Amino acid sequence: MITEINARGLSCPQPVILAKNAIDAGKFPVKVFVDTVTARENVRRMAEKSGCKVEIKELRDEFLLTLTK
Amino acid sequence: MSQRFTSFFASGWGIISAGVIIGVLAPLLQMAGNPANMGICVACFERDIAGALGLHRAVVVQYIRPEIIGFVFGSLIAALAFREFKARAGSAPIVRFLLGAFAMIGALVFLGCPWRALLRLVGGDFNAILGLVGLAVGIFIGVLFLKSGYSLGRATKTNYAAGWTMPVIMLGLLLLLIFRPQFSENGPVFFSEKGPGSLHAPILISLGAGLIIGFIAQRTRFCTMGAIRDVVLMRDFHLISGIVALLITAFFMNLILGQTRFGFEGQPVAHSNFIWNFLGMALAGLAFALAGGCPGRQLFLSGEGDGDAAIFVLGMITGAAFSHNFNLAGKPDALVDGVVKQGGISDFGMIAVISGLVICLIIGFSMRPEKMEVSQ
Repeated sequence: MITEINARGLSCPQPVILAKNAIDAGKFPVKVFVDTVTARENVRRMAEKSGCKVEIKELRDEFLLTLTK
Repeated sequence: MSQRFTSFFASGWGIISAGVIIGVLAPLLQMAGNPANMGICVACFERDIAGALGLHRAVVVQYIRPEIIGFVFGSLIAALAFREFKARAGSAPIVRFLLGAFAMIGALVFLGCPWRALLRLVGGDFNAILGLVGLAVGIFIGVLFLKSGYSLGRATKTNYAAGWTMPVIMLGLLLLLIFRPQFSENGPVFFSEKGPGSLHAPILISLGAGLIIGFIAQRTRFCTMGAIRDVVLMRDFHLISGIVALLITAFFMNLILGQTRFGFEGQPVAHSNFIWNFLGMALAGLAFALAGGCPGRQLFLSGEGDGDAAIFVLGMITGAAFSHNFNLAGKPDALVDGVVKQGGISDFGMIAVISGLVICLIIGFSMRPEKMEVSQ
């Protein structure tokens, strides 16, 4: 089961809230699309604090964070 | 190299260093001429800019504050240097404008934004405690909305040039400050000859401090509202460690510079009306939380191309004009014949704060798009 979150264009903390809800739901891997460095760093920090492994891929104009546990 | 800088600034030490730098610079700006406990105040300084442009005619608070210009330019430079400048807009701009206006009205009832609330506290002004508690309560309400699905919707990428709007506006303000043109007899640009507006550090010092803070705040995402919000929302102490660093540093700076005076009454550019200090900042805190950033953060975002944050800033400047034109702002305590006469706000100010709270609540309840973000 893959969870995909489209957090593009959302201002913080919304990407973090969406990602956290997905982590709590426990359907891994969680893929989060964000389009600012701020959102990338905030989601990464929260995910690592929640004990997830975070893989970040830089796409053309955005970032894909893959969270696994 | 750039990557290493980015990770440092994103780290705990990065945000703490931002707090320390602001904590050093703000008291120094006061020593260099800025008003008492107002080394930096985003709300007050934008209000002074509104006055300089003649958008309000309160003669004691009119000056084009270079710190604000520096904040935007510093952030712009950082965003360009680290390739984070990104023109974006379109997340409910009119709602953000309104939130900006009410945030300012609330802040001016208290007489300061969150930045100044912190600086007032470490200057010994205990009224700031009421303001900060109000701020936290407002943010707490905002967090409840965020948790239950509140969102102003997505911003989308827009034309590159559009991202330059706020920096260009700031350039215009800088030119007005340097050349001081008078557009008509008894017309703007106005510069206060007495009162807080007449108190200011030399232009280059103000601008330089603003640039440094703008640069480092863009890198570290320093935000006074986000600091409290993240603690309430998810027990995340990252941003608030910067605030604590600011408080400790500025407190000792003030002690060293002899800028501390403890008490409630007769504090500089402050009033000791507890309930309205509390409610004014509660309104501001709620509006900042719903808009996603404190007034400083909104300036930094507008410097990196965020058109929605720019709209919020313009809303704040408009709110400042309404505050003074309609007698909504707090009146400082005054010394009359050696006796402290308590300041406070007019009935109009009270009505404005209550209306603002009601409107923010309506925004909080009504702005919730369908759950479209998650697909499985």
